[in-house]
Amino acid sequence: MAAASPCAEPAARNKPDNTAFTQQRLPAWQPLLSAGTALPLFFCVGLACLALGLGLHFSSDTIRELELDYTGAPGSGHNCSRCGNASLAGAGACTCSLRFELPERFPGPVCLYYQLSNYYQNHRRYSVSRDDRQLSGDASGLSNPATECSPFRTDPQGIPIAPCGAIANSLFNDTFALYHLANGTFHPVPLDNRGISWWTDSNIKFSNPELVNGSLEAAFKGTAKPPNWPHAAYMLDTGNPNNTGFINEDFIVWMRTAALPTFRKLYRRVREGNFSSGLPQGTYRLDITYNYPVLSFQGTKKVIFSTVSWMGGKNPFLGIVYLVFGSACILTGFVMLAVHIKFQKQNQMDVE
Amino acid sequence: MEKTVPGDETKLVSNHVLGNAALSTKKERLGDPKLSTAGNRILTCAGEEKRVGTRTVFVGHRPVSETDVYVEQKFCDNRIVSSKYTVWNFLPKNLFEQFRRIANFYFLIIFLVQVIVDTPTSPVTSGLPLFFVIIVTAIKQGYEDWLRHRADKEVNKSSVFMVENAKQVKKHSEKIKVGDIVEVKADETFPCDLIFLASSNDDGICYVTTASLDGESNFKTYYAVRDTTGLRTDDGIDSLTAAIECEQPQPDLYKFVGRINIYRSNQEPVARSLGPENLLLKGSTLKNTKKIYGVAVYTGMETKMALNYQGKSQKRSAVEKSINAFLIVYLCILVSKATVCTTLKYIWQSNPFNDEPWYNQKTIKERDTFKILRMFTDFLSFMVLFNFIIPVSMYVTVEMQKFLGSFFIAWDKEMYDEEIKEGALVNTSDLNEELGQVEYVFTDKTGTLTENSMKFIECCIDGHKYKEGISEVDGFSHTDGPSKYYGKAEKCREELFLRALCLCHTVQIKEGDNVDGLIVNQECSTYIASSPDEIALVKGAKKYGFTFLGHEADCMKVQNQKNEIEKYQLLHVLNFDPVRRRMSVIVKTSTGKFLLFCKGADSSIFPRVQQDEIQQTKVHVERNAMDGYRTLCVAFKELTQEDYKKIDEQLSEAKMALQDREEKMARIFDDIETDMHLIGATAVEDRSWTVSQEYGLIIDGSTLSLIFNPSQDSSSSNYKSIFLQICLKCTAVLCCRMAPLQKAQIVRMVKNTKGNPITLSIGDGANDVSMILEAHHPVNRSPYLCHSGIKGKEGRQAARNSDYAVPRFKHLRKLLLAHGHLYYVRIAHLVQYFFYKNLCFILPQFLYQFFCGFSQQPLYDAAYLTMYNICFTSLPILAYSLLEQHINIETLTSDPRLYMKISDNAMLQWKPFLYWTCLGAFEGLVFFFGVYFLFQNSSLEDNGKVFGNWTFGTIVFTILVFTVTLKLALDTRFWTWMNHFVIWGSLAFYVFFSFFWGGIIWQVSFFFQPFLKQQRMYFVFAHMVTSVSTWLAIVLLIFISLFPEILLVVFKNAKRKNHQTVPFNLPMLLSYKPMENGYISEMKIEDAVTNLTQRCHLRIPQMQQL
Repeated sequence: MAAASPCAEPAARNKPDNTAFTQQRLPAWQPLLSAGTALPLFFCVGLACLALGLGLHFSSDTIRELELDYTGAPGSGHNCSRCGNASLAGAGACTCSLRFELPERFPGPVCLYYQLSNYYQNHRRYSVSRDDRQLSGDASGLSNPATECSPFRTDPQGIPIAPCGAIANSLFNDTFALYHLANGTFHPVPLDNRGISWWTDSNIKFSNPELVNGSLEAAFKGTAKPPNWPHAAYMLDTGNPNNTGFINEDFIVWMRTAALPTFRKLYRRVREGNFSSGLPQGTYRLDITYNYPVLSFQGTKKVIFSTVSWMGGKNPFLGIVYLVFGSACILTGFVMLAVHIKFQKQNQMDVE
Repeated sequence: MEKTVPGDETKLVSNHVLGNAALSTKKERLGDPKLSTAGNRILTCAGEEKRVGTRTVFVGHRPVSETDVYVEQKFCDNRIVSSKYTVWNFLPKNLFEQFRRIANFYFLIIFLVQVIVDTPTSPVTSGLPLFFVIIVTAIKQGYEDWLRHRADKEVNKSSVFMVENAKQVKKHSEKIKVGDIVEVKADETFPCDLIFLASSNDDGICYVTTASLDGESNFKTYYAVRDTTGLRTDDGIDSLTAAIECEQPQPDLYKFVGRINIYRSNQEPVARSLGPENLLLKGSTLKNTKKIYGVAVYTGMETKMALNYQGKSQKRSAVEKSINAFLIVYLCILVSKATVCTTLKYIWQSNPFNDEPWYNQKTIKERDTFKILRMFTDFLSFMVLFNFIIPVSMYVTVEMQKFLGSFFIAWDKEMYDEEIKEGALVNTSDLNEELGQVEYVFTDKTGTLTENSMKFIECCIDGHKYKEGISEVDGFSHTDGPSKYYGKAEKCREELFLRALCLCHTVQIKEGDNVDGLIVNQECSTYIASSPDEIALVKGAKKYGFTFLGHEADCMKVQNQKNEIEKYQLLHVLNFDPVRRRMSVIVKTSTGKFLLFCKGADSSIFPRVQQDEIQQTKVHVERNAMDGYRTLCVAFKELTQEDYKKIDEQLSEAKMALQDREEKMARIFDDIETDMHLIGATAVEDRSWTVSQEYGLIIDGSTLSLIFNPSQDSSSSNYKSIFLQICLKCTAVLCCRMAPLQKAQIVRMVKNTKGNPITLSIGDGANDVSMILEAHHPVNRSPYLCHSGIKGKEGRQAARNSDYAVPRFKHLRKLLLAHGHLYYVRIAHLVQYFFYKNLCFILPQFLYQFFCGFSQQPLYDAAYLTMYNICFTSLPILAYSLLEQHINIETLTSDPRLYMKISDNAMLQWKPFLYWTCLGAFEGLVFFFGVYFLFQNSSLEDNGKVFGNWTFGTIVFTILVFTVTLKLALDTRFWTWMNHFVIWGSLAFYVFFSFFWGGIIWQVSFFFQPFLKQQRMYFVFAHMVTSVSTWLAIVLLIFISLFPEILLVVFKNAKRKNHQTVPFNLPMLLSYKPMENGYISEMKIEDAVTNLTQRCHLRIPQMQQL
């Protein structure tokens, strides 16, 4: 019964190798995070954090941001209340406009966002309800969408929906037009809808099905539009063949599901014409096509004008935390210094 | 308290009881199923004597008489099967055994839930790691079983010689059947259990070493039945017609009862009793005997060796118990998380606009499902989502750590002994870390702490002291006169005493070295005895002029001071046993007188001699015992012819009994050994061991037996607890003259104290089997006994029953202080780290549920979920757990105080566990809410584009991977290139993998289907790293997460630095007991043995071998 220790026996039979590894004597760096090494570290890190925090705070402060709520909840007395009521009643399209003042100049490029709240794009049932294969233009995905799309996989007649799924079906469809009051008249502010989605999304991940006889419409033949959409996908931007169908940038932006129930998505940028350097101070009017119902789930809708910097949009959080953490480091550094000195004195006394 | 140390007689016999106790303990404990199937005729435990059923073996398969019907019983063949699996049953059996492990079963359930229920993560995420674990384990176990198959084959196919029809036949070992006559030559091992029939020696004696069975390395004498000793040839043995009746196989190596009926033509059959001295055990080796014949009685799996090796228990270490406790806590966390989420989900959904807003409609199937069922599946889904909190990979890593880590013990060249060319040996890697947790060391004194070489020091006769050295030149009768204090005994008493020493023993003289039958070679090697004490006594007598010359037929020859040869017919040997603690011989002098000589422990002799003789001897005995000598008292008694006749009859009758033979014998022995006359006492020194006065407590066996077996009245049962309390207060407790069973009792007593301290038993072989089994963590010193001749393979076999074997006792220091300490720290850190890193892995996912409508949306991508434990964070901790030396090995070895710091499983108590859990929870909160606040504005790129939920998860995950890895880096005190490689390599791999994973539109193949249904990670990581804000947030959050840890380390180090200035000048301490004030009390035992015992810096209840 010689099987008790099949592995250990050969090792025991021979004299052990005298190598650094087997004798656990590999050369090793043995750092000791003592007060002596940690003190400068704490001060350095603290100072660096303070500096960064100041920079971030300053940057964030220079970013201009303007939020306009246009939910139009009943009884809010808002200009869009009418539309809100209409959407609650299930009526069709409705338009409203907002007049607002920019108290100071917004340096360009100014981004126009829409923000929804209490909207769970990250709900699992919702966020899986899409077919990336279909969205990549795959023919089989078009004719046979993924089961995850259900209940928006096929229409009641069994015709496959393109684009299928709840996300696509609930595409945000409010539209905005911005006017600047200059010389007593409202001049339209050109809004650029290009480059609002990730480049890799609109150029690689999303693509239209192969054209049939040069026609996108024909390529979508045999599919149904999502039930909530007024038109089929190939009519998303009839004027621009590079921005219609699955590669429509508004659509792509919407398809990138948000992380939190309150989220903003990039709608347009102001960077053309007279406004390429930014939005001047003054009065503006925003015309809204109010299509998207949010009151039914107690959501809100906002339009946000924001400038951007190297750190993105306005984000006071980072700067504050850096400042707090930096101060904490330095404070700890001082405490440690005191402790260190105390110990040293004690030790000296002990030695004496 | 009496302070003599007992005699050394018949260690061999002492093993009997010991082995018995050991085996019964083992059996009770294991409840070994195999054992009970193999011997289903054994109805009671081995410890008890009542068992039903005998077997009848016909020698050479010959019917004993024409008239009797020859019914041969069916017995199993001689095949040894130690392997567990065959090719056919490997897969089902192995899988079944693996899934019996609770962790594997848990993951199987999770996997099945994922397959059946619509869960947030695909079955692959938990199936893949499980599959990996199962495959790796199966391969390992399959390989080990293959090795066992190979070893079995080697044993079963080895050739043996059998005698069939007066001819030698060579056969495979596995072909031996019960009843076959087998011939075994010198230095061969016995292929099965044989009844010894005849040897090449005239006297029917053979010598055997059972080292591979019980570690006993000395030669034991076995006897053939008188009537068959003459059958020394193939023809002769073939003419034997006999039937053997014996008990059914039982695992006790030292018990055997049987009877042989020898039939001769036209004569009444002769019946002879058979005992363990007639049974040659499989696995033992024939020595100093040319060849023997034996008949097989137990074969194959029914041999005592096979019965003993079955069912090695898996030992559970304290660490494993902690793991299981933590596991339960984490399971509770898991279940409560799932419950909280399920409850909140339904509360949240009670608002219809939350349950099913227009943009997120349910499928028809979802609507139709019953609410209760939906709640149940939701609960299961949450369980699946959070199941990663129970780290499957921890089990694999722990296994690997133990397996690989144990090599460092075997590799240690400081524990390699040049002399016997052996290094340390690890048999059970399950217990490595336990070596760092030992609180009580039990060590056998003889042969372990000492070199086991005995020296006769002095004796006293009738109260007169005789010291060797003085008398060496002049001879016994010419000591330099009576000293002031001690008179001189009468000459005839002196001679009687020395004759007693020469006769009352079981020493053999090795054949061939005898010159002219007259002078015994002066070298000790010519004496063979089961215990060195016996040799010391015989040699002692020789120095005083009486020389034992050996046996001649029935006679013992003694050369007296006048160089005359005296012959004594040896009539009976009343063997030593540890209950009686004495042995006797009955001899007949040439003048026809019947004499009984008895030697034994004072406590067992004094009550049996004339009371007026005791006093003067007792003084000596106690003095000698205090000096640490092993003492024995010698007594004698003259028997009349009638007495002897009666005794002879009684003994013969008892020897024939098949039932309760030992009890009967003991009773008769008891009757015989009464009314003796005390002659004197001897003192033998066990070299390199002298007892100092500074033990905490010295207690002897008879006192112990009073403590352990109190009489009926209940008040005395307190003794045990009082004794225990005293013991625990002492640095060292010396227990002398203990029965082997008492050793086990002591170990058990200490083990069962509050907190179940971890004990370590040290011994050199079977004498300590009961103790070794009792202390759940036995270290068996591999037999380093320079005069025992045990080297190489046999020694290793003896060490095989142990968990660890080291060549020398002194290696214990490094084994415990360095290896044990390091293993413990490593594995404790490993365990805590695993729980920690999985807590802060899963906590953000839990928190995310509050922001996604409790919809079981995973925060991390499936690939990250799967690979977090397998790839990103596995290797650094494995490297840490193999290489870490938080304190230098030299420092560890030289400062035993450090060992006390980790005692009581200190690193795996609830407090450190709580610390790690809080740390994990804190970090989890920081990760999640840090990124949550960052995402209050999700446009983090400088062009205003926004990030989605997968970026959110990836940021959290990136912080997580970096934080837990850097946390380990902070804990690492010993950075070898391997640590650098795996730590930085893991991080680099994570980054590389993330780019790679998000960089390609994966063609959806079948295997990747579950991962890649959505291209949701496409360029997520790449976009993430283009955002400066994200970078800053990641760095900041890592810093914040590690900040408390860094603070703690720095403050700890500041404190330590302060400590280090205290002059570091420790005396050679033996004990560091934690006292109330936090540190140590010093107790010095002694300097004489510092070299040996300073290694045991702990409380050492010393066990003395009988």
